[in-house]
Amino acid sequence: MSVLTYSGIEGFFARFAALRPHLPGDVAARDRAAAILRVQGLPSIRDEAWKYTNLRPVAQASFQSAATADPSALLARLPQLNAPRLVMVDGHYLATLSTLPPQVKCLPFAAAPKFGTLANPACEPMVALNTMLAEDGFSLTIPANIDAGLIVIAHLTTAARSTHPRHAITLEEGARASLLEIYLGEGAYLHNPVTEIHIGEGANLTHARLQDEAEEGFHLGTIYARIAAHSIYDSFSLNIGARLSRTELHASLAGAHATAHLNAAQILTGVQHADFTTIVSHDAPHGASRQTVKNALAGRSRGVFQGKIHVARGAQKTDGYQMNQALLLSPDAEIDSKPQLEIYADDVKCSHGATIGELDADQLFYLRSRGVPESQARGMLVRAFLSDAIDMVANGASRAVLETAVELWWQRHPA
Amino acid sequence: MLHIENLAAEIDGKLILNGISLTVPRGEVHAIMGPNGSGKSTLAYVLSGRDGYTVTGGTATFNGQDLLAMEPEARAAAGLFLAFQYPVELPGVGNANFLRTARNAQHRLRGEPELDAVQFLKLARAELKKLSMSDDMLRRNVNVGFSGGEKKRNEVLQMAILRPEFALLDETDSGLDIDALKIVAEGVNALRGPNFSALVITHYQRLLDYIAPDCVHVLAGGRIIRSGGPELALELEANGYVGMVADAA
Amino acid sequence: MPPLNDINSETLGTVEALTQSGYKYGFTTDIEMDLAPLGLNEDIVRLISARKNEPQWMLDWRLKAFALWQTMTEPNWAQIGYPPIDYQGIHYYAAPVKKAGPKSLDEVDPELLRTYEKLGIPLRERAILAGVEGADQPSQIAVDAVFDSVSVATTFRETLSKSGVIFCPISEAVRDHPDLVKQYLGSVVPQGDNYFAALNCAVFTDGSFVYIPKGVRCPMELSTYFRINARNTGQFERTLIIAEAGAYVSYLEGCTAPQRDENQLHAAVVELVVMDDAQIKYSTVQNWYPGDADGKGGIYNFVTKRGACRGARSKISWTQVETGSAITWKYPSCVLEGDDSVGEFYSVAVTNNRQQADTGTKMIHVGRNTKSTIVSKGISAGYSNNTYRGLVRITQRAKGARNHTQCDSLLIGEHCGAHTVPYIESRNPTAKVEHEATTSKIAEDQLFYCRQRGLSQEDAVGLIVNGFCKDVLKELPMEFAVEAQKLLAVSLEGSVG
Repeated sequence: MSVLTYSGIEGFFARFAALRPHLPGDVAARDRAAAILRVQGLPSIRDEAWKYTNLRPVAQASFQSAATADPSALLARLPQLNAPRLVMVDGHYLATLSTLPPQVKCLPFAAAPKFGTLANPACEPMVALNTMLAEDGFSLTIPANIDAGLIVIAHLTTAARSTHPRHAITLEEGARASLLEIYLGEGAYLHNPVTEIHIGEGANLTHARLQDEAEEGFHLGTIYARIAAHSIYDSFSLNIGARLSRTELHASLAGAHATAHLNAAQILTGVQHADFTTIVSHDAPHGASRQTVKNALAGRSRGVFQGKIHVARGAQKTDGYQMNQALLLSPDAEIDSKPQLEIYADDVKCSHGATIGELDADQLFYLRSRGVPESQARGMLVRAFLSDAIDMVANGASRAVLETAVELWWQRHPA
Repeated sequence: MLHIENLAAEIDGKLILNGISLTVPRGEVHAIMGPNGSGKSTLAYVLSGRDGYTVTGGTATFNGQDLLAMEPEARAAAGLFLAFQYPVELPGVGNANFLRTARNAQHRLRGEPELDAVQFLKLARAELKKLSMSDDMLRRNVNVGFSGGEKKRNEVLQMAILRPEFALLDETDSGLDIDALKIVAEGVNALRGPNFSALVITHYQRLLDYIAPDCVHVLAGGRIIRSGGPELALELEANGYVGMVADAA
Repeated sequence: MPPLNDINSETLGTVEALTQSGYKYGFTTDIEMDLAPLGLNEDIVRLISARKNEPQWMLDWRLKAFALWQTMTEPNWAQIGYPPIDYQGIHYYAAPVKKAGPKSLDEVDPELLRTYEKLGIPLRERAILAGVEGADQPSQIAVDAVFDSVSVATTFRETLSKSGVIFCPISEAVRDHPDLVKQYLGSVVPQGDNYFAALNCAVFTDGSFVYIPKGVRCPMELSTYFRINARNTGQFERTLIIAEAGAYVSYLEGCTAPQRDENQLHAAVVELVVMDDAQIKYSTVQNWYPGDADGKGGIYNFVTKRGACRGARSKISWTQVETGSAITWKYPSCVLEGDDSVGEFYSVAVTNNRQQADTGTKMIHVGRNTKSTIVSKGISAGYSNNTYRGLVRITQRAKGARNHTQCDSLLIGEHCGAHTVPYIESRNPTAKVEHEATTSKIAEDQLFYCRQRGLSQEDAVGLIVNGFCKDVLKELPMEFAVEAQKLLAVSLEGSVG
């Protein structure tokens, strides 16, 4: 098969036309998504939800229908953990590279194509694009009352492709798991995954994510989590890679006494742009949500945080809290922050706080007066700033991987 | 060791130090006393290189090096230690990590081998024991949640671990009870010797009961108006600053 | 203590009884009106300009705005919902029939005088603001009274002119002070700024013009009182206040409208210009008719208010108490251009029944060491929705800028909504921005405590709500603060949960 190059929204439609006969699953759903995308187009900064993230660089980029290249260099970059792993290469599930615990079920999307019930292409253009072009993905199920322990999920992209994988993670009643998702790649690609997470009653999912995509890459990930009664979704995203990225996390506290933690840290430099957007919906009473989001921005980078806490009518005794803090490490960095409360129940406790500033001059001087050189002192203070958020990662092995990633980042880009 | 000549400095265009001259020879401990607003803290900050102060005249040399041209960390590496009046809190920065980083930065600048975590811990524990402090100090974040007294003890611990040649104590006694005061004084006295000097900045004579100075200077209006032996501190304690400042004016 | 459910049903009954009678300014004035034909086109713009005897440049300015407006669309980002507004179903000019400009109060229609008396607005000089209890020594206030499309009286003009202060209807300023108007009109809110501002630029009818010369502290509070009366009209007032270097003025604004079943449009523009070391304190008590308990009728209040701190160390302080209107869409803003300039925004917004408010501010930091403070208190009751929407923007030049924002929402009852939408953008590392927001309800133990001490449920709520709003109310001039407190109580009567 010859390599085709495509670009812009028309390129995506052309790609769809070419792939359509071979795509797995419900073609009607894909046609509907295509129709939505025809009307809406790719998001623009005139859309309130995309006010701070301009997708023009994505629209202007060219992608190729290239075959998968050798992923071994990327595999070598994965942390050496004594844990089962699931490997995706260019959006395809590779069973040969994956080692999963016996109780855990995993099916490739290509073999059992289901689009799921949480993602709504009509509301999210990037989800529509994914729905139109999804070729593969994984569907992971942790059966009831099983503790699957730590599972590493590696997403490796080897070429300048646009990939739109469709994933599902299901924890049945009382199940437990700790996932560490790592995104790595080479080249100027677009990675546009959609992940649906169902957490059954009394289940507990710890979800750590390390987005370390290629310097020229684009990452636009959308995650939906439905959290049933008395269950916990504890997520942390560390975004350090990609030229432009957006992580959009929708969490619905669907059952009473559900808990959601959506924490994140973004460390950026150069001309990087990273957008962390969350929509927390308290749809049942006695829910608790906590968010700590940190941005440390060097160079000419731009960090975006948008976080909405929505409390539905009747979701009484909701306890929602959100804190976002940004450090501007250079005169050319920019932070845009939009924390948002939308509340339709009266007996609730919801609050958010935001602070923006630079490194504290007194702290810096204190360190320097003790002989710590300035760049090292800045590094210490930035890591201390981030530690509030990273310390919340419950799984020790995952936390160590994230801490190492921050450490390496700082060694590569002392700001 | 420390030689200051005609030093003048300002903050936001306001002259605070107005021609200070002072020499602290190796092995001696000097005290600077003065009323509020006389420029005591400014002197400490100018000598240690804090931003926001503009030196408008004069010199300060430390072991022959031009102190004013050096970065704060270089001054620390050269052996100058400032005990802060208000030690800064560093949330998220562990005390052990902080102290090891500081100590190793000095080792590096002096071309000595760095301490690994085990070596450092051994050294730190020994110092803690000498100061009758708990190991817990190392696990906590730097000064976070410390009481006033604990913060000052932490300054003393740092001084013990960083082994400075010259300590600048900026009103270390403010807000301390008598027990804490003794600990600070013992920390300084433990370092006293032919190769250690200190400049103790204080408003009250009290601290000087525990750290006996070789020489006392009185600072007012940004300049030294009198110098003398330890008896000068007692004279101030008895008569207050007002008369002395008026005499000098 | 009775279970809360009982309180709910008991007090919800009182809500119904009270909301029907709560609005005490709902009467109409029966007076002969000069009405422009229904609808909007270039001829209407020309007609308004002609009625005002405007010079050609003013008409040209309006026509340019009208052309712009026709290319624009209504903004839809606010959290409000309403049926489409029929811009052709409105009279854009409505004025009491009168002889050409009354020379003295005696020539004003007695029916109008009676109206203002009923509203408690002093049109006779040296009269005091009537109906205000608790103000022992009411200070003198100069009033510009705007009735539908025209200013019917402006008091204390002579006294003010002695100190060089100009206080007159803007239609008069266009004729008498054309250089000032030309220089500043549209310099803060340009014609194409937004849909409603463009509409206002095309069809504004009256409003106040204030000019405080260099170094003058305005000797008395200035105020404008806006009244919508005629059916099927809109009010499009325009206010322009200029404070030259070192000047100071405190300006108050109030408004009411009759109780009508239809919705009426109010689209105002207010521009403030402040030079070196000057200060404008602008206070509003907005009490347009809010509609009935079922959301029928009420004013659509789409207002653009913005001040430019042009000079170094200049200051603008906005204080607003928003209790009225079916819909409030309003963001009094500060563009902090001068170094060390200061912007403040203090707001209480109360919504009850079916009211919708989407209000807040914009603080644009351009100059160095600029400071802004935002304190917003939103109270939602009944079936209402109340949104704080605010922008803090630190531009790359704004070294050392500071902002502190505190937004608190209080929900009363389980059918209302309270929303907070801040936008925080910083491009300067030396700037410090802090934002805090909370949402809560009146705590049961607070209510119980008050009632145990002998307060009625109503009084307890009033007390707690006033406490909640204290940080804002204390910014109001005293006469207004008293009125505002009473207004809060009236707006919330019976809404206890």
